[in-house]
Amino acid sequence: MDNTMTKIKPNKSSKIGGKTRSILTVLSTGFFAILSILVAMPLVIGFTASMRPGSEMMAQGLHLNLNFKEWMLDNYVYLLSGNEDSIKFFNWFKNSLFLTLISVIGTLILCYFIAYGLSMYDFKLKNTLFFIVIATMMVPFEILMLPLYQEIINFGLIDTTWGVVLPGLCGASTIFFFKQYMSSLPKELLDAGRIDGATEYGICLRIMLPITKPAFAAMAILTSMGSWNNLLWPMLIYKDASKFTLPIGLNTLLTPYGNNYDVLIAGSMFSLIPVFIIFIIFQKYFVEGMTAGAVKG
Amino acid sequence: MVEHASSYSKDGEDKMKKDNIFKRFLYSQKTAPYVFVLPFLLSFCVFWIYPFSSTIVMSFQDIQPMGSKWIGLGNYKKLLADKVFLQAVGNSVMYMLLTLVLLIPFPLLFASLLDSRLVKAKGIWKALLYIPSLTSVVISGTLFRMMFSERDGSQFNLILNFFGHDKIQWLKMYPTAYFALLLIACWRWTGVNMLYFLSGLKSIDTGLYESAEIDGATGWQKFIYVTIPMLRPTLIYVLTISIYAGLAMFLESFMLWGNGSPYNIGTTIVGYLYRRGIEKNQMGYASAVGLVLLIIALVINMIQLILSGTFKKEES
Repeated sequence: MDNTMTKIKPNKSSKIGGKTRSILTVLSTGFFAILSILVAMPLVIGFTASMRPGSEMMAQGLHLNLNFKEWMLDNYVYLLSGNEDSIKFFNWFKNSLFLTLISVIGTLILCYFIAYGLSMYDFKLKNTLFFIVIATMMVPFEILMLPLYQEIINFGLIDTTWGVVLPGLCGASTIFFFKQYMSSLPKELLDAGRIDGATEYGICLRIMLPITKPAFAAMAILTSMGSWNNLLWPMLIYKDASKFTLPIGLNTLLTPYGNNYDVLIAGSMFSLIPVFIIFIIFQKYFVEGMTAGAVKG
Repeated sequence: MVEHASSYSKDGEDKMKKDNIFKRFLYSQKTAPYVFVLPFLLSFCVFWIYPFSSTIVMSFQDIQPMGSKWIGLGNYKKLLADKVFLQAVGNSVMYMLLTLVLLIPFPLLFASLLDSRLVKAKGIWKALLYIPSLTSVVISGTLFRMMFSERDGSQFNLILNFFGHDKIQWLKMYPTAYFALLLIACWRWTGVNMLYFLSGLKSIDTGLYESAEIDGATGWQKFIYVTIPMLRPTLIYVLTISIYAGLAMFLESFMLWGNGSPYNIGTTIVGYLYRRGIEKNQMGYASAVGLVLLIIALVINMIQLILSGTFKKEES
């Protein structure tokens, strides 16, 4: 029992008897169960709507439809049947995958190198540069959006993947995360590598990179989610409809005059599948990548 | 550096020497850090310094396709008299404040509950509450737009109907439109903020609670005098990013109304910047909008950091 040995396991409820305690446990667990059900609702409602014609959603409004007898898979069959709409949808899907892959690979490699330079060496500009990294996080992207857009036009990169990817490659928050992670790694490894005759770059790639793998995993998840879901910047840069990504494409279907609401609702639900699969497999990396900046401050 | 390198090279040939000098230079321990940070320097100059300075310059100009002319503070003067802009500032600030009220105390409370031993099956609740943040703003926006539609069968009209109330046009009135925007924000970010607080709570030394308990502190006293002060870095972090995200909100409103809400009830500062800059191609005026946003964001954050005593700690 708790109250006999209070000092060993301090807890808020250590003074509370066993019975009240179990009631509290049921209450608080029940609270989270109800909260989770409420939070899951919009997606459940979206899923039930995808089992009905899309025009119904527009005409009646979106609501929970648990009348299983009315459910049908027509929207998904239509989406996968290889017709014009399905080709369009999977082209968006492919574009999103491609864009995500390019930006994740590019961002991780560059940010790793930058953070490596900032955390493994002592050089004149080090503190200034780190200050700049933090300072750039203080200016919302939306403020730079217009001049950046003009710059991309001037560079002739409008409507290209380079135009979408380049401005975000050296993301300050990714650099910050890598630096936080690497500051806990033993610097003696560098000297050991130097004694063994490895070059500075060899040490970076062959000795330090393998032990930074967990940071890579966490950042890969976070960057890929950001890129997969990104709407604003890609929407400005991509003009040609054949280059649209999933968020841009799905958004074009959401017009009062559209006739593709079947694709809109089924496609929206379908595009969540890869995200959920990755979340289920790599759950712990999501939290690690996200909370790194919050605790140390 | 060069002398050092040449003294090392044993080869007599000039070309080899030059090669070696370059290699020595590139591979030296003094050069390497600069090579590593070079991409950041380039990216910072091209994609940050340049656009940032050009947006400041543009904000003092009238930009026309044929060329631009200086108009001094003209854009800013026009902004202060622009009713839609002032409404947009009001909307963004109000949205930001309300998200702070909703998205800091409640997630903190949930995190404290989850951190106690009272809750079973923690992993499931954490995962389920986090999932909404994985959906893109397009999907969440579409779902909520349809659930808040003015038709009979929309989810929220059905709920009203259940309580015997007539259907309403949710997205065409001030309070209900705000309710929709805030509900999207709460739906997407409660789980995320909860996880921030949870990881902050995990880092608190349990010994502190022990000594508080020996001093006879109640659960509430422990929360106020141990948890909150120890959680300060996390709180400041969440507060800072929430202030920025709230003030810069645009896409949620864009998804609900397509950047053309009735009587501008959903127009935010960034929405107005987008309308002026992208839709109407008034780059100068839009730049001024952006800089006013930056000033508001910096001022509010400074106040927040001073009030929370971040600077005090560094001085002492």
